[in-house]
Amino acid sequence: MSEPDRARARKPVTTQMTATDAGAPEHGWVPRVRAIVAEHQHRRGPLLPVLHAVQAEFGYLPAEAVPVVADALNLTRADVHGVVTFYRDFRRSAPGRTVVRICRAEACQAVGARALVSEAEDVLGIPMGGTTADGAVTLGEVFCLGNCALGPSVQVGDRLVGRVDRARLRALLDDVAPGATR
Amino acid sequence: MSSPPVTVYVPCDAAARSVGADEVAAALDREAATAGREVRVVRTGSRGLLWLEPLVEVATPDGRHAYGPVGPSDVPGLVGAGLLDGAAHPLGLGPADELPWLRDQTRLAFTRVGVVDPLSVEDFLAHGGLSGLRRALAMAPADVVAEVTASGLRGRGGAGFPAGVKWRTVLESAGSPRFVCCNADEGDSGTFADRMLMEGDPFALIEGMLIAGHAVGAGEGFVYVRSEYPDAIRTLSAAVAAAYAEGWLGGDALGPARPFDLEVRVGAGAYICGEETSMLESLEGRRAVVRAKPPVPAVAGLFGRPTVVNNVLTLVSVPPVLAQGAPAYQALGVHRSRGTQVFQLGGNVARGGIVEVPFGITVRELVDGFGGGTASGRPVRAVQVGGPLGSYLPEALLDLPMDYEALAAVGAMLGHGGVVVFDDTVDMAAQARFAMEFCAEESCGKCTPCRVGSVRGVEVIDRIVAARTDDERDAGLVLLESLCDVMVGGSLCAMGSLTPQPVRSALTHFPEDFDGPRTTP
Repeated sequence: MSEPDRARARKPVTTQMTATDAGAPEHGWVPRVRAIVAEHQHRRGPLLPVLHAVQAEFGYLPAEAVPVVADALNLTRADVHGVVTFYRDFRRSAPGRTVVRICRAEACQAVGARALVSEAEDVLGIPMGGTTADGAVTLGEVFCLGNCALGPSVQVGDRLVGRVDRARLRALLDDVAPGATR
Repeated sequence: MSSPPVTVYVPCDAAARSVGADEVAAALDREAATAGREVRVVRTGSRGLLWLEPLVEVATPDGRHAYGPVGPSDVPGLVGAGLLDGAAHPLGLGPADELPWLRDQTRLAFTRVGVVDPLSVEDFLAHGGLSGLRRALAMAPADVVAEVTASGLRGRGGAGFPAGVKWRTVLESAGSPRFVCCNADEGDSGTFADRMLMEGDPFALIEGMLIAGHAVGAGEGFVYVRSEYPDAIRTLSAAVAAAYAEGWLGGDALGPARPFDLEVRVGAGAYICGEETSMLESLEGRRAVVRAKPPVPAVAGLFGRPTVVNNVLTLVSVPPVLAQGAPAYQALGVHRSRGTQVFQLGGNVARGGIVEVPFGITVRELVDGFGGGTASGRPVRAVQVGGPLGSYLPEALLDLPMDYEALAAVGAMLGHGGVVVFDDTVDMAAQARFAMEFCAEESCGKCTPCRVGSVRGVEVIDRIVAARTDDERDAGLVLLESLCDVMVGGSLCAMGSLTPQPVRSALTHFPEDFDGPRTTP
C-alpha cells in the first residue's frame, strides 16, 4: 500500500502495550489523549499536530501519553519518543507558569542579547533552561523570533516584546515572577 | 454624529505589536471617543519601516498620512493636535506613499502588506488579488510553468534554484497525489519577510499556491510555519478558513471538480526544517532528519510523491509574474538574478525593516542608504548576509551587488535576504564560535561532520582564542581549516556544509579577533 493510502487507512492495532500496562495512574487524560488523536487522525502524517494538541492541553507531554499516542496512530513507542525528543518545543515535564524565552540569534546578539541572557540568569537565580523554585518562570533560549529590526527580543508566554534592555527585562520578569527576582 | 467616521490604520504585525501597537490602537479608540469623534481603526500588516513602529496612518481626502513612532502616551496629544484630520505634528511623516523609504522600493511581493486589512477579502480583490490566478487558470499548466521559467524567478528560500525548472520536473513526474508545500519555517536570524507577508497579506500566499497547484497538477498543499510565529499562524489559518468560505479553496478551487485543499502545519522548534527534505519528514510526522538527494522532492517528495517545495517569498512572487507577464518581471534585476528581492535589514541598524528592490543593489546602499548605518551610531564593522550560515562581510566588501553569482564569487550567499549589521564592538571570534555552537544545537544528527564537527569546531575556536603562543594558535587554525573542509565536503545539506561560511569569513576578514590573550591587554 502506498504511503498516502496508508495514512488514510490505518488499521487499529491491539497488540501494543496500552497506557494502563505502562503503569499510568488512572486519570481522565487517557481518554482525552485518545480523543485528541481522533480529532487529528484524518490528517496526513498527524503526529506533530497530535503532539502539539496534547501539549496545549496538558502543558507538556507526559511519558504516559507516548504509548497512548503510539497505539492510536499505529506507530511504535520508539517512533513517538523519537519525535518528542527531536523537537525543542516538546516538553517532557511541566514548565513554570510562564515561559520566558530570550532570543540568542545573531541579529539580537548585535544589540546586546548576550548581556540580557546573563541578566535574566542573575535576576532569577537560575540557568538557561531552568525553572524558578516557586514554579513561576521557566527561562529559555530561542533562535530568532522574526523581530530582528527591533531587538533584543523576548517572548513572554505568547507575547513578543521588542527593544528589551536590562531595565525592561527586569520589569517583564517582575510581572511574571513577583518575589522571584532578586 | 455629524462627520463620517475617520479611518485610522494601525499595524497588527508582530513586530509592531512588540513595541506597543495594540496599546496605541486602544488609546486611539479611547481618545477619539473623548474628543467626540467617530473612528474606525483598521489593523493592517506593517509597511516595513520597523524603526517607525507603531506607525499610524490616517485616511484623509488627499491620501493616507503617516505618524510614527507613536507610543500610547503620544495619542492624546496627537488627537488633540488634529491627527484625525491629518494635521501637522512633530511625529507627522506626511503622505505615507511618499515616504522616501517606500518611494525608493519596487514592491511586488509586498505590494499589499501594510496597506490592506490582511483578512479582508474585499481589500485583497480591490488591490489586484486573484488577477494572477485568473490568468493562470485560463492557461494550460505547461504554459504557466513556461511563464514562470521565462520570468527568471529563482527560489527565495536560499538555494536560488529556478522555480519554473522545479515546477516542470513535478509536472513531468509520474505519481499522484501531488503536493505543493510552502516552507515557512523562516529560521534564519535576521529574516522576517515570510512572517510579515503571512501576517500582512496571507491571501497572496494562498493565491501563489493555487497557481502552483494548477501548474503541476496538485490538489493538496501544506504551509509549514514555524511555531515561533504565533501571529502568522493565527492570521494565515484565518485566511485559509476565509478562502474556503469564498470557494477559493476546496472542491472546485481550480475549476469544476478540480479541488485544492490547503492545511497550515505548525513546526516544533527545529531550525533544520528550513531544509526542504527535513521539512517533508516533519510533515510526515517524523524526526526532521535530512534525506539524501536524489531523488529530489520534485520527483519523490511528500510521502514519496512529486512535490513542489517553495519558500513563501517565491510563491508570493508568482501572482505578479502571472498578472503582469514574465517580461515585466524579467526586466528587473541583473544577470541571472531577475525580479525583486525582499531584503530584511536587522541587527544593529538605525532604520531596520523591509526593502524590496530589484537585484543588484549593493550591501552598502542597503546598510548605509536605507538602513542609515548602525543604531548605536558607531562604525559598521561587519554585515552578515544570508542568515546564520551566511558570510560576515567586512567594510571593504560592502560595495558588492546583491546578486546570487556575485556573492558566491566571494564565498558569500544571498540566502533568504537577511542583512544583519554589527558595529565595531562585535567580537568576531565569538561570532564564529556561535556559528559552530548553533550548528551543534540544530544539526539533525544524520551526518557526522555536521553533528560532531560542529562540537569540535567550538572547542578548536576556544583553543585558538586562548592560545598562549603563535604555534599553539597556528596549530588550531590548521585544524579548524581542515575541519571546515570535512564539514563542507561531508555533509548532506546546507546546515553542515555552509556553517564554515561564517566561520571562514570571520577568520579571513577579521583575523585580529582570533589573537586572543597575547594581544588583548
